[in-house]
Amino acid sequence: MKTEIISSGFGGQGALTIGKFLAKAGMGDGLNVSWLPSYGPEMRGGTANVSVVIADRAIASPLVSYPDILIALNQPSIDKFGSDIKEKGLLIYNTDMCPHGTKRKDIDVIEAPMNSIAREIGSMKVLNMVAIGIVIGKTGLVKYETLENDLTGFLQKKNPDLLELNLIAIKKGIEIGKK
Amino acid sequence: MAEKILMKGNEAVAEAAIRAGCRLYFAYPITPQSELIEYMAKMMPKVDGVFVQAESEVAAINMVYGASGTGRRVMTSSSSPGISLKMEGISYIAGANLPAVIVNVQRGGPGLGDIQPAQGDYFQATKGGGHGDYRLIVLAPSTVQEFADMADLAFDLADKYRNPVMILSDGLLGQMMEPVEFKPSKTKEEMEALDKQHYDWCMYPNEDEPNHHHHEINSLEIDPLILEQHVIKLGKKYDKIEKNEIRYEEYNISDENEVVVVAFGTAARIAKSAIDQLQEEGTSIGMIRPITVWPYPYEAISNVLHEKVRKVVVCELNLGQMVEDVKLAVNGKLPVEFLGKVGGILFTPDEIKAKILGTEGE
Amino acid sequence: MEIIAQRPKSLTDLQFTYCPGCTHGISHRLIAEAMDELDMRNNMMGVAPVGCSVFAYKFFDCDMAEAAHGRAPALATGMKRSRPNMHVFTYQGDGDLAAIGTAEIIHAANRGEHITVFFVNNAIYGMTGGQMAPTTLPGMKTSTSPYGRDEKDIGYPIKVCELLSSLVAPYFIERVSLLSPQDIMKAKKVVKKALQFNKEERGFTFVEFVSTCPTNWGLAPIDAMKWAKENMLPFFPLGNYRDKSVEGGK
Repeated sequence: MKTEIISSGFGGQGALTIGKFLAKAGMGDGLNVSWLPSYGPEMRGGTANVSVVIADRAIASPLVSYPDILIALNQPSIDKFGSDIKEKGLLIYNTDMCPHGTKRKDIDVIEAPMNSIAREIGSMKVLNMVAIGIVIGKTGLVKYETLENDLTGFLQKKNPDLLELNLIAIKKGIEIGKK
Repeated sequence: MAEKILMKGNEAVAEAAIRAGCRLYFAYPITPQSELIEYMAKMMPKVDGVFVQAESEVAAINMVYGASGTGRRVMTSSSSPGISLKMEGISYIAGANLPAVIVNVQRGGPGLGDIQPAQGDYFQATKGGGHGDYRLIVLAPSTVQEFADMADLAFDLADKYRNPVMILSDGLLGQMMEPVEFKPSKTKEEMEALDKQHYDWCMYPNEDEPNHHHHEINSLEIDPLILEQHVIKLGKKYDKIEKNEIRYEEYNISDENEVVVVAFGTAARIAKSAIDQLQEEGTSIGMIRPITVWPYPYEAISNVLHEKVRKVVVCELNLGQMVEDVKLAVNGKLPVEFLGKVGGILFTPDEIKAKILGTEGE
Repeated sequence: MEIIAQRPKSLTDLQFTYCPGCTHGISHRLIAEAMDELDMRNNMMGVAPVGCSVFAYKFFDCDMAEAAHGRAPALATGMKRSRPNMHVFTYQGDGDLAAIGTAEIIHAANRGEHITVFFVNNAIYGMTGGQMAPTTLPGMKTSTSPYGRDEKDIGYPIKVCELLSSLVAPYFIERVSLLSPQDIMKAKKVVKKALQFNKEERGFTFVEFVSTCPTNWGLAPIDAMKWAKENMLPFFPLGNYRDKSVEGGK
């Protein structure tokens, strides 16, 4: 198997972090992974995006041109990458920041008001965890347990409250993904 | 097995350098290698190492020159425009027979160019760049793991031959994260041995006669007859390196190959995707990936031009700089075609497939 | 027989390659004597410049490195940081230090590197054959200012001690001359002071020698000294510009 993902949003929304946690979890599950960010001036306010590849064989090109999954946290991300999603691929987007959505009919689409969900849970910081949860719920690409272990490892001592909120957010995402 | 850590290439090579016994690092910030200098700034104080952010690339490489003269493992890094500035010092380091490791995280050029991945510094790295008859050993990684492993190899080669070694990576390898396993750090005993390995020529604390030494770290020989001998000796060293240190990877090489691809670094990664896809579709393509781009694996290429091979395709993120070396290797036996991307843009596996099949533009 | 004068241990027995009447021999000797007297030779590393004193790496009998033009303070930084228990000095001329190496000297001084810089100012490029230096005086004729240095076109000479003394970090900065026996005796004391501070790891120390170039000035050695006293000293005043060892030091 090989899954190619683009995660994209405004700088500060956590698009790169989504990619990082997915890659780390994939690594924890014993898969090959790569994480390739956009960098430079584009990062300072435009769309920050990252290519993530998770595969059971060696990863040749880490650059994702045609994603299996696009995680779009804002409208410019759909405008930029939406047409590149593979046929029968998956678009996960944040309805709070994507007023126009997508016109494509040949892909799976999961809509979620991620800002509202994160606010309800209690911190905008967990918006990206909602998105990760949706990926897990929909595709089972990485294991929830691996992610939980990883988060627990570095958050339990530093910020147990945030850890709690993160786990709630992931579970909420999984619920949405499974629908 | 060591633990796998998900890490950027820039950070992985820095960590690996520290583990390899590098305790001196001098550099100047430039994108896309900034994580490397930042990692060193953070980690060197924790291992009693030296980190100095120099006033320029020129100063940084000359700090390397001075520190290398004391016989200790020292490194600098930069990206293309900064490497140009370092060329003066690199020529002096080579001329003075000094070990040093230089990392180039290439970006688009010429001039300021852009900050995206490119391979436009191939000529500069492998054919000179600085003045005079000298050679750099040039290692070209294509994964973050290999990037990290090359730090260790680069220091070993630098010390073995008393020669500067460049790791020629690019913005993609510097910025991307992949799982890395690190070798253990040098032990105290190994570090002590490293520190003393160059006492026959380096600058270190002295004694009175009869054990007094006067070591000169120098690239100047004003007498032409002496300089002649000095340069001839350098040449012999380069011959030895060409004989002993050629490294390359054979990918999908077989008697069934219809086309042989030659690519290094990031370009080779993307070519592998294309080769895998073509193999699944029933077309056999082999690849030679030079790991040392100097010394260059000419024979490795000429050895795999089996009967069925119709042509050789060179893929690079430049205007075809390595094509010259591949043509030397192929020696007119087969057509050599070229697929390049410039401006910091990457080719896709599809574009490489089209080039291999001759269907581009269709 | 009693030996009353001999070659300092810190100089090799090679013959100097300098022109007759050149002051490099004097400044070399002052530095070597001070190294001997302070017992620093065995822990000393020196950096030679590009210029007439390019062969200084052969003349000082300690470990020596030969730098690219202007880069001596950068080499010295790498050397000192690598072997902090050793002492480091650079020896540089005016073209080397105040033109092509301006960035390196200012930043080494600004970092307060624990090194001593000896700066020989004779207002001209010697080795390359008498071209204009950053310290060439207004109106002074050289092979690249054949009608005299025109300060409106190319600016005024750079006063390095004054420039460096605007920085906070340097520990000791002084300008001396090699223009008379008395001046040389005074210079020796300053050289020794700078190296003493170096040995004690006090910080960045800097000594400028106002000196001569009889060959490229086209003057006999004694006339060159006279000319320098009359023309250089008014522009490059002798004296201390920084001494943090003195209470309320500048």
